[in-house]
Amino acid sequence: MTVQQPTPAIELINVSRRFLTPDGKSMTALRNFNMSVARGEFVAVVGPTGCGKSTVLNLITGLAKPSAGAVRVMGEPVNGIDSRIGFAFQTDALFPWRSVIDNVVAGPLFRGTPIKQAYEKAREWLSRVHLSAHESKYPHQLSGGMRKRVALAQTFINEPQILLMDEPFSALDVQTRVLMHDELLGLWSDAKASVVFVTHDLEEAIALADNVYVLTAGPATVKSVYPIHLPRPRVVSEIRYDREFIDISRTIWEDLRDEVQRSAAREETLVE
Amino acid sequence: MSSLNLSAHASQFQPGTSDAEIEAAGALAIRKRKIAVYFWRYFILVAFLGGWEVAVRYKWIDSFFYSSPWAIAQRMQEWIVEGTSEGPLWYHLWVTMQESLLGFFSGSIAGIVAGIALGRNKMLADVFSIYIKVINSVPRVVLAPIFVMIFGLGLTSKVALSFVMVFFVVFSNAFQGVVEADRNLLANAQILGARGWQLTRSVVIPSAMSWIFASLHVSFGFAIVGAIVGEFVGARYGIGMLINIAKGSFDAAGMYAAIVIIMVVALVAEYAMTQIENRLAKWRPAPLHEVN
Repeated sequence: MTVQQPTPAIELINVSRRFLTPDGKSMTALRNFNMSVARGEFVAVVGPTGCGKSTVLNLITGLAKPSAGAVRVMGEPVNGIDSRIGFAFQTDALFPWRSVIDNVVAGPLFRGTPIKQAYEKAREWLSRVHLSAHESKYPHQLSGGMRKRVALAQTFINEPQILLMDEPFSALDVQTRVLMHDELLGLWSDAKASVVFVTHDLEEAIALADNVYVLTAGPATVKSVYPIHLPRPRVVSEIRYDREFIDISRTIWEDLRDEVQRSAAREETLVE
Repeated sequence: MSSLNLSAHASQFQPGTSDAEIEAAGALAIRKRKIAVYFWRYFILVAFLGGWEVAVRYKWIDSFFYSSPWAIAQRMQEWIVEGTSEGPLWYHLWVTMQESLLGFFSGSIAGIVAGIALGRNKMLADVFSIYIKVINSVPRVVLAPIFVMIFGLGLTSKVALSFVMVFFVVFSNAFQGVVEADRNLLANAQILGARGWQLTRSVVIPSAMSWIFASLHVSFGFAIVGAIVGEFVGARYGIGMLINIAKGSFDAAGMYAAIVIIMVVALVAEYAMTQIENRLAKWRPAPLHEVN
């Protein structure tokens, strides 16, 4: 299981989350959910679609509150939106009316950094994601991969100690995705943040993470946790041909497959 | 997109045709189409005015009711050069413009503020939505006599009517724009550190802006309607009053001339608005040009 440190970056203890559907019914998204993420640890969460993976992230950000159990960030209970947290969204969440640099500079400006300093910092981050030449373009003028790099710079510029990622690369083509994985691992190893990376792509999870959490079909709870001992720094484009990588993907897939099938079967019965 | 177009074009050419030739042929096709569009535009205008003039000259239609383009042009020239029977044309135009602009600006600012306030506050929206629906169901022009009664024959009554004409259109668009602001963008801004007013200013207002602008386009027209209807009901100056006087003296040319003047004003305003919008919305993807 996970390595227990004195104060983990993120702790979810026996968390349940119920919410009301628009037609007034109570629904359970998470049940007796336990997770602990050490500082600087990279955790990937995989599970069948619609099982409540994103709910886990919303609980950590404070955008959603647990119905039961406790959510702790840096040892303290979550109370509102924590400024130490960064979030990478599945869909494009760049501000389309702002140029690249104005998107990146948004975080520091919101947080009260003086304008000149904020822009200097933003330029520095743009050069780290290799977008210096595009700083005055608007998001619609960029490719999908470039937009994701802007989004990463926008998130990392706030120097988050905790980084939550909700299937951030699922809309990208396979080649671009692999490039983004390497980009992310590079940024992460410099920033030393704790990461929770939600995905439905098992290979992505194994390639990136220290620990892979497999969730059950909804209401989600942790089915099993797999430590990944692949050495770092990893090169994602090559690691997938590694013997160890293939073995561990097979093991986890055996585990995940049942849940995916259960979730698919339930979806079929639910379709009106 | 462009590579797709190119391959579609390329298929029409012999192998060995150079890019420059293809591009030259494409440019020629675009120019030809443009000329055709302009030709038909002018043709329709000339045919319409010419047909009207001819129909009047040959007494197919009665010039007493329909006047004629020539008579209208003459009346306009007379108004411009010598002034109307009620004083200089420019003064009347100025009065109407003043009423419209004041009504337009006050109505749209109030509409935007109210729309954003209600869009941001679910409770306020739920409480007030019913009243807005009720007031909105009143045809605005019936308020004209009431406003003239309350505010008198001067500027205020017309501005008030313009205001209510504009307010509801802008309000409902601003409200809709705020409600439809992308939840992801709001969440992103909040996590990046935006609080309260920052969130409204940096996400809510920009994303409502295209909705608001769509309403501003129509609502300047409404502002003019408000001013003119107000002038019909009772005024000492203004284009609406000129129309009213022309009606009283069975002066068809005068009525049409006033309509043309208002048309010109509305078109100029529309043009100015488009310019401002293009300037503010430079972040939006340019519409793709259909090349045939």
